[in-house]
Amino acid sequence: MTTEYRFAVNVLPKPGILDPQGRAVEGSLPHLGIEGVAGVRVGRRVELTVAAVDEAAARAIVERLAGELLSNPLIEVSGVELLGATSSTSALSPTVGAPR
Amino acid sequence: MPARIGVVVFPGSNCDRDTTHAVELAGGEPVELWHEQASLEGVAGVILPGGFAYGDYLRAGVIARFSPVMRAVAAFAADGGLVLGICNGFQVLAEAGLVPGALLRNRGLRFLGRDVRIAVEQPDTPFTHLAGPRRPLRMPIAHGEGCYFADDATLDALEASGGVLFRYVRADGSVAGETDDPANPNGSLRAIAGVRNAAGNVAGLMPHPERASEALLGSDDGFGLVRSFVESAAVGATAERTPEVATR
Repeated sequence: MTTEYRFAVNVLPKPGILDPQGRAVEGSLPHLGIEGVAGVRVGRRVELTVAAVDEAAARAIVERLAGELLSNPLIEVSGVELLGATSSTSALSPTVGAPR
Repeated sequence: MPARIGVVVFPGSNCDRDTTHAVELAGGEPVELWHEQASLEGVAGVILPGGFAYGDYLRAGVIARFSPVMRAVAAFAADGGLVLGICNGFQVLAEAGLVPGALLRNRGLRFLGRDVRIAVEQPDTPFTHLAGPRRPLRMPIAHGEGCYFADDATLDALEASGGVLFRYVRADGSVAGETDDPANPNGSLRAIAGVRNAAGNVAGLMPHPERASEALLGSDDGFGLVRSFVESAAVGATAERTPEVATR
């Protein structure tokens, strides 16, 4: 039996890597009259569903994708986040491994 | 017999015709290689042209990296074959790990299409030996992600091994700064415009030599680089070349 796991992969520029988008966003803040905001980094979030026998197997697939395709480890860091799991007959729920 | 030079065509490539034309001018026989084919048809060298392969979705060059033709190109490169990536082709090579480093978003965030000047740092390579005496070389760029990045250790190793092929320079030939210097259009670290791998047979650069290969185009400063590649592929040379010293 397989379960469908919903993941998010969050990708950000590595610390120390120039992030001109983040700098541009930060540069716009005074126009909004906002002070005291710093360290803006702009990245990317990818959500996907993986069918696998268990969470560990699903996570292994997502982590491989995160490192090989969704991020470039030379310049970016990625984090994998489990959003929920569901069997094919029930709606997406935050509980994992519910019996069918 | 002219050297057969493969020019890879990805969906979204837009300099493939410019490249085949320049290869022909240089005396080579261009062979278009579709991204879905797994064979390089026995070509003597491969050029990855500029453009926006697969729309540059996700990151420039990354989806192209996983295409069937790139598996063949990686095997060809591992075997010592000559490979040159221009602009988007350089981004594909970097994503594939065939040349060191990565290309980041231009420091000024804008897509830039204009002429730049570059210096040939290594005149004795298969990619540069016929560059000619003209310095610096003027040719166009057209990219949004051309800011060369590698960590300090990689940059130092590149410098020490002659891996830096081209640098952005000012009109007087002095090396451009990293920030706030219009001569370095994208903010590349150490003003690097092009590199090669440790083995010396795979190179990439952001400027477009093929678009500066005829006086009619405003500059033929890039033609020497195209000629270098075609001639090196023709004689099967992947190691050091003797620079041509004749004046033009």
